[in-house]
Amino acid sequence: MTAGVTIEFDGLSKTFGAVQAVDQLTFHVEPGKVTGFLGPNGAGKTTTLRMLLGLVKPTSGTATFGGVPYERLPVPAATVGAALEAASFIPGRTARNHLRVHASAARLPASRVDIVLAQVGLLEAADRRVGGYSLGMRQRLGLATALLGDPGVLVLDEPINGLDPEGIKWIRGFLTALANEGRTVLISSHLLSEVQQSVDEVVIIAKGRLAHVGTLASLDAADTLRVVVNSPEHERLAAALDAAGYLYDEARSGLIVHDVEAIDIGRTALAAGIPLSALSRHRSGLEDSFLALVSGGEDHA
Amino acid sequence: MNSLMAAIRSEFLKVFTTRVWWGLAIILFAYVGLVAAGAALLFANIPGAAGSSGAGGAQATSEMLTQPGLIYGFATSIGYVFPVLLGALATTGEFRHQSLTPTFLANPNRGHVLVGKILALTGVGALYGVIALVASVGLGGGALAISGVDPLLTDSDTWALIGRAVLAMALWGAIGVGLGAVLPSQVGAIIVVLAFTQFVEPLLRLAASFSEVTASIGRFLPGAATDALVGPSFYTMMSAQQDPLTWWQGGLVLVGIAAVISLIGYATTWRRDVT
Repeated sequence: MTAGVTIEFDGLSKTFGAVQAVDQLTFHVEPGKVTGFLGPNGAGKTTTLRMLLGLVKPTSGTATFGGVPYERLPVPAATVGAALEAASFIPGRTARNHLRVHASAARLPASRVDIVLAQVGLLEAADRRVGGYSLGMRQRLGLATALLGDPGVLVLDEPINGLDPEGIKWIRGFLTALANEGRTVLISSHLLSEVQQSVDEVVIIAKGRLAHVGTLASLDAADTLRVVVNSPEHERLAAALDAAGYLYDEARSGLIVHDVEAIDIGRTALAAGIPLSALSRHRSGLEDSFLALVSGGEDHA
Repeated sequence: MNSLMAAIRSEFLKVFTTRVWWGLAIILFAYVGLVAAGAALLFANIPGAAGSSGAGGAQATSEMLTQPGLIYGFATSIGYVFPVLLGALATTGEFRHQSLTPTFLANPNRGHVLVGKILALTGVGALYGVIALVASVGLGGGALAISGVDPLLTDSDTWALIGRAVLAMALWGAIGVGLGAVLPSQVGAIIVVLAFTQFVEPLLRLAASFSEVTASIGRFLPGAATDALVGPSFYTMMSAQQDPLTWWQGGLVLVGIAAVISLIGYATTWRRDVT
């Protein structure tokens, strides 16, 4: 394995005709972590990754691996492994042959083919034509292709899309293990919920512009505090909250109280002698702040 | 190993890891073999052919038609569409299945990838040449021998013709790759290949032969150049040209067509953003 290097985006922009697809993106992706590259469909994620990999020419700015553009890496696939969403396979070729072709083109040893097939759990299906593969199996083959060069950097476009629950659990553990080995792991998704259990860092873009960069926790902190509370004595709880002057919404799971810590609601209920059946921090905050950031991006446009 | 050698190797692997190449090879063998054997039997057995006594004119025609070279030349005169098709499919398939993404990820040097494809398909074109000649010499020559015509297999001229025919098929493989780069639409490329080789070019050659000026231009049509390289075919006889190109000039014309068309493809579709 080559060491993970920092992926550096610097003022990266792309214009397709009159459309500004990617607008002045500047951020770094560090080794040893899984970074989620998030944004709604059409936000410019795929175009950004394709510019990073030399498939699309930037209008301005650069995207490099520790300062070196993809096409100038001595053996690119040994430094960077990539699987892109549209990276489709010739349907008449078997998975093993697809990997053999890729290994020979990328100047990687053919002995790696069986290793990566085993790594992604495709060894038994390796001699079947890819045309008969499910979306989940294609995702695994894409990942196997990315891993062929045992690279220090992995760039994966929507790797979780199309996986079954078992596959999702598997890939989460797999990506975390890769990052723990010191690799740089960048995965894109249009759903925060899809990756929030796998990523350490998030980069969020909307309408081609950077909306947020930071740890997953930093996204949480941006959220307003909310608490879910419920009681078998629903009416009395509502009355006590009214009396204490809290603002709340009725929800199926109970009452959602705004701008408050759980302990304050607990004390209020205790003082009024109301038994509680539920009391917790409202956890949809990440998704909410993600959506707020993403729709905030629309205002720029 | 540098990236050009890697590109050539992987382009060979691409051809031999899908079924298209042998599907086309089987059709090529059957088509060329049947036409060559059928023509040999037909022409050798018309009245006045070698062995029977007939009118002098008919005998001359029959002797001309049963020249072994003409029968063996079916390998290229009707077979050249196969390496072009395979070459065009090798390029258009990358566009159609969006496999240019993994191809350019594996080797970002796009020039090397295209040259590698051209050289690999030149090799496979030569293999098609060998297959087509086994058909035309094996079956056509066999039919000549059965009909009492000497198949001239000990003649060095025959073997020179076979060598030039393999070269022609190889060059047509390269032309196919370039054509596919110019016309990335698979259906479009197939239609153009079939229409041009089976219909447009034969008509153009016939039309060009009506005046001296057009005839001198007609010599540079790809099929005419192939005939110059390999030897006279039925098309040549239909459109009797004055002063045809020599064999090496014909070969250079094919190399030139392959180079120009590939450069156009490289400058247009091959360097585009892959989205």
